[in-house]
Amino acid sequence: MSKLIVYYAHPGHKHSHANKSMVAEARKVDGITFVDLYAEYPRFEIDIDLEQQRLLDHDVILLQFPMFWYSTPALIKEWQDLVLEHGFAYGAGGDKLAGKCLMLAVTAAGQKDAYAEQGYQKHPIRTFLTPLEQTAKLCHMDFSAPYVLYGSLRAPKQGLIASHAAGYRRLLEAIRDDRYDLPAAIHGEVVSCDDLPIREET
Amino acid sequence: MGEILLLAFLFLIAGVIAVPIASRLGLGSVLGYLIAGIAISPLLTQLHVDVVSIQHFAEFGVVMMLFLVGLELEPRLLWSMRNKLLGLGGLQVIVTGAIVMGIAMALGYGWSIAMAVGMVFALSSTAIVLQTLNEKGLMKSDGGQSSFSVLLFQDIAVIPMLAFVPLLAIPELAELIDHSQGDGHGSGMSLVEGLGTWQHVAVTIAAIAAVVVGGSYLTRPVFRFIAMAKLRELFTAFALMMVVGIALLMTLVGLSPALGTFLAGVVLANSEYRHELESDIGPFKGLLLGLFFITVGAAINFDLLTANLGQIVAMTLGLILIKFLVLLALSYVFKISKGDRWLFSLGLAQAGEFGFVLLAFTVANAVIPAALAAELLLVVTLSMLLTPLLFILYDKLIAPAYAGAQAGDADEIDEDGSIIIAGVGRFGGVINRVLLSAGYKTIVLDHNSEHLERLRAFDIKVFFGDATRPDLLHAAGIENARMLIIAIDDAERATELVRYVVKHHPHIYIVARAVDRHHVYELWAAGCRDIIREHFDSSVRAARSALEALGHHPFDAERQTRAYVANDKVAMRDLADVYDPDVPVHENAAYIERAKIVLASHEDAMLDGTKSFSSRVERGWVPPTLDDEAALIADDALDTKSESSP
Repeated sequence: MSKLIVYYAHPGHKHSHANKSMVAEARKVDGITFVDLYAEYPRFEIDIDLEQQRLLDHDVILLQFPMFWYSTPALIKEWQDLVLEHGFAYGAGGDKLAGKCLMLAVTAAGQKDAYAEQGYQKHPIRTFLTPLEQTAKLCHMDFSAPYVLYGSLRAPKQGLIASHAAGYRRLLEAIRDDRYDLPAAIHGEVVSCDDLPIREET
Repeated sequence: MGEILLLAFLFLIAGVIAVPIASRLGLGSVLGYLIAGIAISPLLTQLHVDVVSIQHFAEFGVVMMLFLVGLELEPRLLWSMRNKLLGLGGLQVIVTGAIVMGIAMALGYGWSIAMAVGMVFALSSTAIVLQTLNEKGLMKSDGGQSSFSVLLFQDIAVIPMLAFVPLLAIPELAELIDHSQGDGHGSGMSLVEGLGTWQHVAVTIAAIAAVVVGGSYLTRPVFRFIAMAKLRELFTAFALMMVVGIALLMTLVGLSPALGTFLAGVVLANSEYRHELESDIGPFKGLLLGLFFITVGAAINFDLLTANLGQIVAMTLGLILIKFLVLLALSYVFKISKGDRWLFSLGLAQAGEFGFVLLAFTVANAVIPAALAAELLLVVTLSMLLTPLLFILYDKLIAPAYAGAQAGDADEIDEDGSIIIAGVGRFGGVINRVLLSAGYKTIVLDHNSEHLERLRAFDIKVFFGDATRPDLLHAAGIENARMLIIAIDDAERATELVRYVVKHHPHIYIVARAVDRHHVYELWAAGCRDIIREHFDSSVRAARSALEALGHHPFDAERQTRAYVANDKVAMRDLADVYDPDVPVHENAAYIERAKIVLASHEDAMLDGTKSFSSRVERGWVPPTLDDEAALIADDALDTKSESSP
């Protein structure tokens, strides 16, 4: 059993489709910790001690958020700035997160083909996520391939939300039960609900 | 004097003993009162008490009940009920009356007697049905609203019936009757006697207009006048005076007092004094109705009943069956929903208290022979006595069958739960505006007439009343509320209010305003878990302003005050352990000792910036050191080496 904590951040939760469905599924998973960051810190007053303890208590840290301007919503950045202190997460004596795993579950409005050299975003989505990838690296954490939903604005009409949310639930359960193939995922680009590297229960 | 006390004591003790037992057994209060009446009836006979005249007095409870029903019913709602009121109510009276009349004629009675019996039996019991529906919280349901429509129509229909009865008089009977005998309903006084038709109509319209206009425009100034005396009982006196006055006016012009007070209630349903009136009249209504039910039980003529047991029971059951079938048929015509259809049909299947009135009137007017009337009276009484059993039948057998279908809606009702704000001065006013702007409906209570005046100028809806009074909270609907916000000035009363609501309505979320930190502890001890100190936030903001003006960087000022707030929270919790609500703070040595330590550590920390306080202020955004950079370079070198080695 891996201890999994999901940090969810969406300042416009009530307008969301994809993330709202994903949250609904995530809340049904027993034995994991789910934190709605904007609910817990609506005034951005992050409790550093509490958050560092949470990180110490879990093995896999998963950040779930919609892409805002090629980055995270502001509160995740604030959380990083305050919680990932030197001497705790990195720098001299900063090895408390070593060996843990960081994973992302992101939704992006752009279609899949937009995130390519020929697309209008000009770069694959992983390029925009390199700051988080390097954050993991600096903290001696593994960085697992992100669970991505492209075209999140059109997904509701195309009926893609339910399968993505169901895949999210399977992902969380598999991580919890150590059935998620982390080494395989670490070397992948991104994962989606169709190609989750999950081992069947033996 | 002694006799009155004895009587009052008898009635009260009978009710106090019988009703809790009946409620405990799930029979409802109405049956409890009826049984109490039956139990004391031998005693009353011994004492030669005129039960029927007490009953006429107690019928005033019905008038009060209709006033209260009117208060709950806004004019808009009444208008939307007009189809049910006229259609459902009208058809019920006509069809039931016609069928009963037909049967009576088939049994060989003359058409005039048959018609009078039809009218008597077409009516149902407003007192029993509304009381029971209210008790079970079914008034707002489809069945409850339909039942109310029919009852209201019947109460109005009594008036033309009373006018019609004398026309049915049988000459031979009339000769036997002593005309000096009154009918016992105060019709001795009249403003309209001897007037022509058009004059009669004009007086009637004027009376109704007086009720509507007076209710709309006079109540407010009178209430303001009374509020100056600051005496609770004056409000009660005024409320009673109003109801009695309207009833009197209606009686004088030959209209139904119930109709008049109902109308006044509707007029006042939108007024800010609604809850005050409700809580003032409520206890009187309850007592009078209780008295009424007791007299119904006590008035049963057991000699006559045992002599004709089979016949009277058969008539009663037949009557209930006929009324039930008519109502059931109408419920299909008017598309009442399935479960509610049974509530409606079973609930209204009895004859009612207006039946007593009509019977007495028909006897007095030589329409029905006294012997037959005595038997019919028993039928009416028995059918009323059986009504609680029909409600039990509905509760135990029918409602559960439909409960599944309605269970899904339960959440929605929760969502509708109201928010009550107690006190709407500077503190509560802001809360109210924010909640309204977020689309919530609030019920605001305040007993300061000036606040009310000011808010009405801005079209903000506020009810007059002291929110710390349980009866007023009840009138404001605390049972169905989901949240209570206590924003009153008086610290002790706020604490009392928390204690009361936590004890009696534990499901309600309470947000309370505290005057200072001691009050916070009091409120916490009373059970409130969301406590806001009234001046804390603004003081902190003023401090932040001062820091900014002293040249601190605004974000540093922000962090400094945030840290103060966080520290204060810790200190509050620290001191809560030694706080003792029974000992004044200045006599609590342990509290003073600890407070000194906490305060001292606060000040030290702020000055030299070493202790825990400073770490909370300076914790974030501290840049890494050169050591950290060196560690990162070393790490990277290690990684590169391990990657290059095979």
